[in-house]
Amino acid sequence: MTTKTYDEINRKIKSGKAVILTAEEVSEMARNTSPEEIAEKVDVVTTATFGAMCSSGAIINFGHASPPIRMEKIRLNGVPAYEGLAAVDAYIGATACDPERPEYGGAHVIQELIEGREIELEAWGKGTDCYPRKYIKTKITKDSVNEIYLFNPRNAYQNYNVAVNTTKKLIHTYMGTLLPGLRNATYSTSGELSPLLNDPEMRTIGIGTRIFLGGTEGFVVWPGTQYNTSKPVNEFGIPVSNARTIAVIGNLKEMSPEFVQAAYFDRYGTSLFVGIGIPIPVLDADMARRVSVRNDQIETSVLDYGSPGAPKIGQVTYAELRSGQIQVSGRKVRTAPVASLSKARRIAELLKTALLEGRFEISQPVKMFPSENSLKSLVETDKPGKEMQP
Amino acid sequence: MIKKRFILNFPPDSGDKPLSYHLVKEYDIRINILKAEVFPGKRGSLLLELQGTAANIEKGIDYLVRHNVDCEPLEKRIRFQEERCIDCGNCVAVCFAGALTMGPPDWKLQFDKSQCVVCELCVTACPLKLFEINFQ
Ligand code: SF4
Ligand code: SF4
Repeated sequence: MTTKTYDEINRKIKSGKAVILTAEEVSEMARNTSPEEIAEKVDVVTTATFGAMCSSGAIINFGHASPPIRMEKIRLNGVPAYEGLAAVDAYIGATACDPERPEYGGAHVIQELIEGREIELEAWGKGTDCYPRKYIKTKITKDSVNEIYLFNPRNAYQNYNVAVNTTKKLIHTYMGTLLPGLRNATYSTSGELSPLLNDPEMRTIGIGTRIFLGGTEGFVVWPGTQYNTSKPVNEFGIPVSNARTIAVIGNLKEMSPEFVQAAYFDRYGTSLFVGIGIPIPVLDADMARRVSVRNDQIETSVLDYGSPGAPKIGQVTYAELRSGQIQVSGRKVRTAPVASLSKARRIAELLKTALLEGRFEISQPVKMFPSENSLKSLVETDKPGKEMQP
Repeated sequence: MIKKRFILNFPPDSGDKPLSYHLVKEYDIRINILKAEVFPGKRGSLLLELQGTAANIEKGIDYLVRHNVDCEPLEKRIRFQEERCIDCGNCVAVCFAGALTMGPPDWKLQFDKSQCVVCELCVTACPLKLFEINFQ
């Protein structure tokens, strides 16, 4: 029985002797290699995803002006940034926008900052004894500010549902444009290449895991919001709908526009495509079995986005999704992705090369995520009653 | 014989000239109307697929131009910023004509403009707004 520690693997990486495969390569290898043999031969498997992740944003410290201002309302290229953090700290969320201009949002501000472009900062304050200024209008870049880092509360969903629309009306969603009458189906994860599907119980991913984020090094810092361990799993231990998530952090100054891309979904709003790669150490035969999972073994739920509550109306594998057609309610439905597999593959390859050349180390989490967690819904305590009616 | 798609824009007063009759009769061109929009008193627009010999199609187009109809090959009316494409697939999901496709082995977007029917769904579906199609 092979078992390896993080240190042993890192020593191999440093001496250039580690065997690194992408998750797609190891899934192919597993067709005629046992988990035990894979655990012996392979040290790290690289996984990746490049998809729209709405719960993303950046923390910025602008630096103090002279005279200083306590920023109590902030606009970046007209997009509202959250101002409730001391005098000159802010958070710009990917989905923030000026309602007058919904197609340009925080995601676009973030992308332009990564590209090195100038952004107009406008801020207002009431004026205090220590912060007398009431207004400032200036230009910032990623280099003019003190700190700017991406801090995404929920990324890299472990699995995600397929979206269809059974109604008679075309609908616009974050899963793309869904044609009426079950005429298309969209899906978003990179299947057997997807990070959290290769470590379904999060044995190696936790607080402190070093990852590829937006073109540079980043870290997993917390379970992502809506982290859920209680979704039903299939016979391969894969949750068959969206389950676990991660919160990630990374220095925006070092990121590349190739791996962070602003998006606007018509009549939905803005979002941010984020490229994430996670190296998964093959510690033992159990992990070898996990990373070997194939598209025909990963299943997900088909949800009807057109009906209230988005009811589940089917279950399919990623092999079926990738074939271009699935069966839903006895009908053939054309499929298309809404996340980039070609970009995810590029990230997995880049991470593999960095590990092979000893430029990237794997890290043992300083704390693992909770093994049990389920979701709460928002309860409406003040339902409008008679007394609230006009 | 070749097949080629053109976008035609008619001036407001050309409504009752039997233009398509001449195309069929004199140039032996088969016509398939893929999309038509007419605004009374304003311009009318058509997407036509013409089938015939290359020489006859050229003559037919000349004939239309002489009668004040704007004729342009479909490809010229489609602008696509390919270099910015991230291969996400959102446009593929809505393209029923099969002009936009994506699949193994490389999962990169393929755009066969000659299959486009100008439904314009990709224009709004692309989250990067990389398509511009000019029908009118
Ligand atoms: S307009 Fe766009 S979606 Fe419609 S047929 Fe042409 S390429 Fe396809
Ligand atoms: S939707 Fe836009 S970015 Fe995505 S594949 Fe199509 S053209 Fe490229």
